[in-house]
Amino acid sequence: MSQSIFEYAPAPESRDVVDIRPSYGLFIDGEFTGGGGEPFKSVDPSNEETLAQVASADAGDVDRAVAAARRAFVRVWGPMPGAERAKYLFRIARLVQERARELAVLESIDNGKPIRESRDVDVPLVAAHFFYYAGWADKLSHAGFGPDPRPLGVAGQVIPWNFPLLMLAWKVAPALACGNTVVLKPAETTPLTALVFADICRQAGLPAGVVNVVTGAGETGRLVAGHEGVDKVAFTGSTAVGKQIARTLAGTGKRLTLELGGKAANIVFDDAPLDQAVEGIVNGIFFNQGHVCCAGSRLLVQESVAEELLERLKARMATLRVGDPLDKNTDIGAINSAAQLARIRELSQAGVAEGAERWSPECVLPERGFWFAPTVFTGVASSHRIAREEIFGPVLSVLTFRTPGEAVEKANNTPYGLSAGVWSEKGSRILWAAQRLRAGVVWANTFNKFDPASPFGGYKESGFGREGGRHGLEAYLNV
Amino acid sequence: MRPGGRLAVRKTYKLFIGGAFPRSESGRSYVVNDSKGAFVANASRASRKDARDAVTAARKAQPGWAGRTAYNRGQILYRIAEMLEGRRAQFIDELRTGGLSKTAAAAETDAAIDRWVWYAGWADKIAAVTGSANPVSGPFFNFSTPEPTGVVAVIAPDSPLLGLVSVVAPVIVSGNTCVAVASEPAPLPAVTLAEVLATSDLPGGVVNLLTGHRAELAPWLASHMDVNAIDLAGAPGDQVAVLEEAAAGNLKRVLRPSGTDWAAEPGTARMTAFLETKTVWHPVGI
Repeated sequence: MSQSIFEYAPAPESRDVVDIRPSYGLFIDGEFTGGGGEPFKSVDPSNEETLAQVASADAGDVDRAVAAARRAFVRVWGPMPGAERAKYLFRIARLVQERARELAVLESIDNGKPIRESRDVDVPLVAAHFFYYAGWADKLSHAGFGPDPRPLGVAGQVIPWNFPLLMLAWKVAPALACGNTVVLKPAETTPLTALVFADICRQAGLPAGVVNVVTGAGETGRLVAGHEGVDKVAFTGSTAVGKQIARTLAGTGKRLTLELGGKAANIVFDDAPLDQAVEGIVNGIFFNQGHVCCAGSRLLVQESVAEELLERLKARMATLRVGDPLDKNTDIGAINSAAQLARIRELSQAGVAEGAERWSPECVLPERGFWFAPTVFTGVASSHRIAREEIFGPVLSVLTFRTPGEAVEKANNTPYGLSAGVWSEKGSRILWAAQRLRAGVVWANTFNKFDPASPFGGYKESGFGREGGRHGLEAYLNV
Repeated sequence: MRPGGRLAVRKTYKLFIGGAFPRSESGRSYVVNDSKGAFVANASRASRKDARDAVTAARKAQPGWAGRTAYNRGQILYRIAEMLEGRRAQFIDELRTGGLSKTAAAAETDAAIDRWVWYAGWADKIAAVTGSANPVSGPFFNFSTPEPTGVVAVIAPDSPLLGLVSVVAPVIVSGNTCVAVASEPAPLPAVTLAEVLATSDLPGGVVNLLTGHRAELAPWLASHMDVNAIDLAGAPGDQVAVLEEAAAGNLKRVLRPSGTDWAAEPGTARMTAFLETKTVWHPVGI
């Protein structure tokens, strides 16, 4: 990481603002409580140190959480006027802002993501989502779903580890705004900010049972998603698990939304502003260590500019700083877990074995913790595993094309359809490509931008339903 | 032949795939009787292979159909209403054969014609109603537009004309193409409707109509990896769970049966069920 022409002194963010307790319980019916399952450890992926022991919810705990959510829905939250619900959500938004630094540091410690991102992206967006959906709570009759849309009831929500708090906000904010109550299962490698969020709910005076947090691993997630007492399931995670959930819910009449994997194409046309494109490519694949379902993991470059672009991209990659997530100069933090690191390694090795050429900048990785250097593969064919399977790591596959038609065809040649990028100075070409790309989000001359006012979600096997914006309400209303 | 009379020229009822009227590749047919149990016709009993061929035709037609202007799709849907109106008497007769009274058959035919007109008008409006310009916090212009989801399989309900029109029109108006399995006991109006569609400027393959045994065809459509969505309106109740499970194989969008009153004003739900939302971002600057 010292290959850059600039040398940076370490600029670590202080951990003092965070008080990590030795153990954490579940949050059910407004109380922190123990869990019936085997407790598990949450680990700091940057140094493999145990952060805390966290309770695991078993079937009985999930039953209690669902029952609490049902009571709260029937007695308090469902009947409450939207304007009052809105005020609670505004309170939560403000509390998130007030505790922003604590949340950002804890998120970086638990997840491994750079503080630059948790501080400037994750936490502000979390507050923004609660603020945005707070405003909908008393305006649902204007949302275009009929004059009197009603909540569904209890929502079971299972979220991933890549944006632990942001995914919580995406799920909890619209659910509560619409009058539903929730049972949320955060990922087992990143449960801590969800538990601080539970504390925020207490500070906000949110009625007991409206938000319940049940920590645990995949089995707890299955219990939540398959619980007969939930009316709606929302899941963000892998396509394989999403399909399992869809099968489990078949015939039950329960509502389901899924935000699943992706293998986004980031298309660079020959007239693109190359330096801006390079920034966008870097942001597209190395943001959050590539732990992003909409990451621009397939770079499609027009052949005539491929050589020049790759030269600039490699020069830019050499300046990326990999290391301590809490260092404010860090661009790429730690891989979230040993298991994820193993998967990234396996797929990268498959890339080499299948004949693609691998390159990484010179980069000294910390000895402890889970780390993977930013990596680019050239000479990739559409048939290679690294071009087809979601790697979910800082690994970019580069393919080339000659004509715009070929670019679109290659971009769409995937079972996924979550996102895509287009780089060109020509507006008509951007709109032409954007129309043809089978993806729920198309970033033109930018990448990885999120906003609560904007619908986000996938085509094809990237799932169904949209989160964000007016469209995001639909998942939580009886429409 | 009756003395002094003429013998009617009967119609052979076939499938409608890719704009053509083939028999089932399986060579099979099944008996359709009138309400009194008298023989009316042998309808084609589509096979799994016919269903696959229909999906292929629908996939081939989809980009072109979606690529047309919404105005043009509206024109064609209205043209369907025109052609259906011209054959009004034939449909009334066919529905009466199926057991409806003269009044009821006329009412159902008129409602089916009017439904095409209603949906024709939606072609260039649904995007305005379901799309949005999003006020993002930053120097970006960002908008969301609905797009067709692709190829939609439809298990049509047993309302042989109005029900069929009510499930096919909302699928295709936005640019999807469809493979519909007609009502099993009353498949004949579907084949006659296919003749209307074939003469309505509707490109071949946009609507494909299969007659046959639902329980035999639906599972193959639900599990087909090149079908993007499925409408289970007329799926047998005991099959719904299995079909939904099969549909999870490629995460199809599933519209579940809901006891719809086909005579009531439809609303937009059947259209929005088969739309994706695409959000496009671009920076704003000088």
